[in-house]
Amino acid sequence: MPKKIENVGCPYCGVCCDDLVVTVSDDGRKVLEVENACAIGNEIFQHASSEGRISLPRLRQPDGTYKDISYDEAVDYAARVLIKAKKPLIFGFGSTNCEGMAAAAKVAEKAGAVLDNCASICHGSSFLAIFDNGYPSCTLGETKNRADVIVYWGSNPAHAHPRHMSRYSIFPRGFFTGKGHKGRKIIVIDPRYTDTARVADIYVQVKQGQDYDLFNAFRTVIRGEDIPDEVAGVKKEQILQVAEILKKARFGTIFYGMGLCHSDGRNHNVDIAISMTRDLNDFTKWTIMAMRGHYNIAGPGVVWAWTTGYPYCIDMSKKDRAYMNPGETSSVDLAMRDEVDAFFNVGTDAGAHFPIEAVKHLKKHPWITIDPNICMASEISDLHIPVGIVGVEVPGIVYRMDNVPIQYRQVLNPPDGVISDEELFERIHQRISEIEAEEGITQTSAAAAGTQTSFVGE
Amino acid sequence: MVDKLTLNMITQRSIEEGIAMEKGKTTQEYFEACSIIEMNEEDIRTLGLLPNQLVRVTSECGSVIVKAIKGRQTVYPGLAHIPQGVWSNQIVPPRTQATGEPQYSGFPVTVESARGEKRKSALECVQGAVGLWNGE
Repeated sequence: MPKKIENVGCPYCGVCCDDLVVTVSDDGRKVLEVENACAIGNEIFQHASSEGRISLPRLRQPDGTYKDISYDEAVDYAARVLIKAKKPLIFGFGSTNCEGMAAAAKVAEKAGAVLDNCASICHGSSFLAIFDNGYPSCTLGETKNRADVIVYWGSNPAHAHPRHMSRYSIFPRGFFTGKGHKGRKIIVIDPRYTDTARVADIYVQVKQGQDYDLFNAFRTVIRGEDIPDEVAGVKKEQILQVAEILKKARFGTIFYGMGLCHSDGRNHNVDIAISMTRDLNDFTKWTIMAMRGHYNIAGPGVVWAWTTGYPYCIDMSKKDRAYMNPGETSSVDLAMRDEVDAFFNVGTDAGAHFPIEAVKHLKKHPWITIDPNICMASEISDLHIPVGIVGVEVPGIVYRMDNVPIQYRQVLNPPDGVISDEELFERIHQRISEIEAEEGITQTSAAAAGTQTSFVGE
Repeated sequence: MVDKLTLNMITQRSIEEGIAMEKGKTTQEYFEACSIIEMNEEDIRTLGLLPNQLVRVTSECGSVIVKAIKGRQTVYPGLAHIPQGVWSNQIVPPRTQATGEPQYSGFPVTVESARGEKRKSALECVQGAVGLWNGE
């Protein structure tokens, strides 16, 4: 008899909807129905039981084709690549659980690797700004229950976080927001007239790349000073109108996205957004939140911060210390400077989402993809190791965009023999130890001097 | 009317890309969702393009053939958008302003008619770039 599983978490975006109801066949092999998910989340669950899943690791042959190999052989291959490389890069983790991230950090430390996650090409700018300027944020629940003014700046949840508006910002009725949509003002600031802009009360069309100027203008008028007749393509009257709404809010949240992080200025755009939020707190309560992309991309930031001290771009090649300096130790920069000599693509698709120039540089060296699906990275890899899909076939902890941890469930059994990211990294870690013992490889000169300490832990 | 137009390029997520990506990046849905450029009607007219005509988009580090459309989410004249994905990343500059983040949004491109040419598949774009494309 089909089984209905309630309160299932969705492994797509940072909203981490945890109200899905998934009906699976009685053998636990097929998803029959998904309720409450957006179109993308629905596709993830349906795809899990589709034909053509890869269930064995595949090794590239000299003629360019793939040959199936066992997990033991794949683990051995991966361990030897890591041992041989002087500075391997382990990147990705948009779509894994925290258990897998912790296991990967152990491997990275042992191998003297650079450990980086998708924030490096996404909200890394936010990290830089938050280090400098703080993070006056809140949980999504506080926004739902308290906010009467919402700003989406350089962010398009209608496309990237499809249920964000209905669950937390615009439409829900909360404890102090009983009127729901009717009691809220929605302001969308974006160079494009997006589908999110269509549901806004006020749409502000900022010139692309001039967000910093517009933030500056808002800060100036909020302090009661004058501004030019037009800033960043926006008329002074509209800036004054929006500034008044911001100041008179009971509780407001600014949700911002890649419009700030991917444009000229990068972290400086986020920095001034945080400063504006702080300024507004002289008048009323304002909060700000990064629209994190993947369902657990907040996860590595949390897990690695407590294991290594840093959230991303973590260079452990010195082995006895971790070091972070985005621009220097960030994946795309390392690739472009040819500073890494092996690449692990984990739970992401650098083949599709890195600039192709960076892909070409990385492909000069061994490339291993660890991912449940066929993707561009898997199709240019030397080795593709399939793993179970977190949130569908593998349970685990994920961190929502507001850094709230949520336990995800398993609703299907993975294809026969397919293991989890966590088990795979544990086995690679163990295999590295075995090979080092067999071949008498000493850990590092630091270890020989008795100074090595483990910051990742066992 | 001009043969070539310089526009400011942004590359961001679309829900069509998201759904198609989960189906698979080698599917027709992904191809149709991502190998497009959204332009302002005025710029489409300036280039004398027919509806859905193919164009060559060239940046400082490469070029790609995509289909020019107006799009439901509109851009102002001078701005253009290719959805995040394989085709946009053929032309995204890898420079990061020392932050790690490539210039995914806000880089100059030229757009010109590519009548008679074909869009490459996702695999041809990526495998072709690294010498693995075997033409199938």
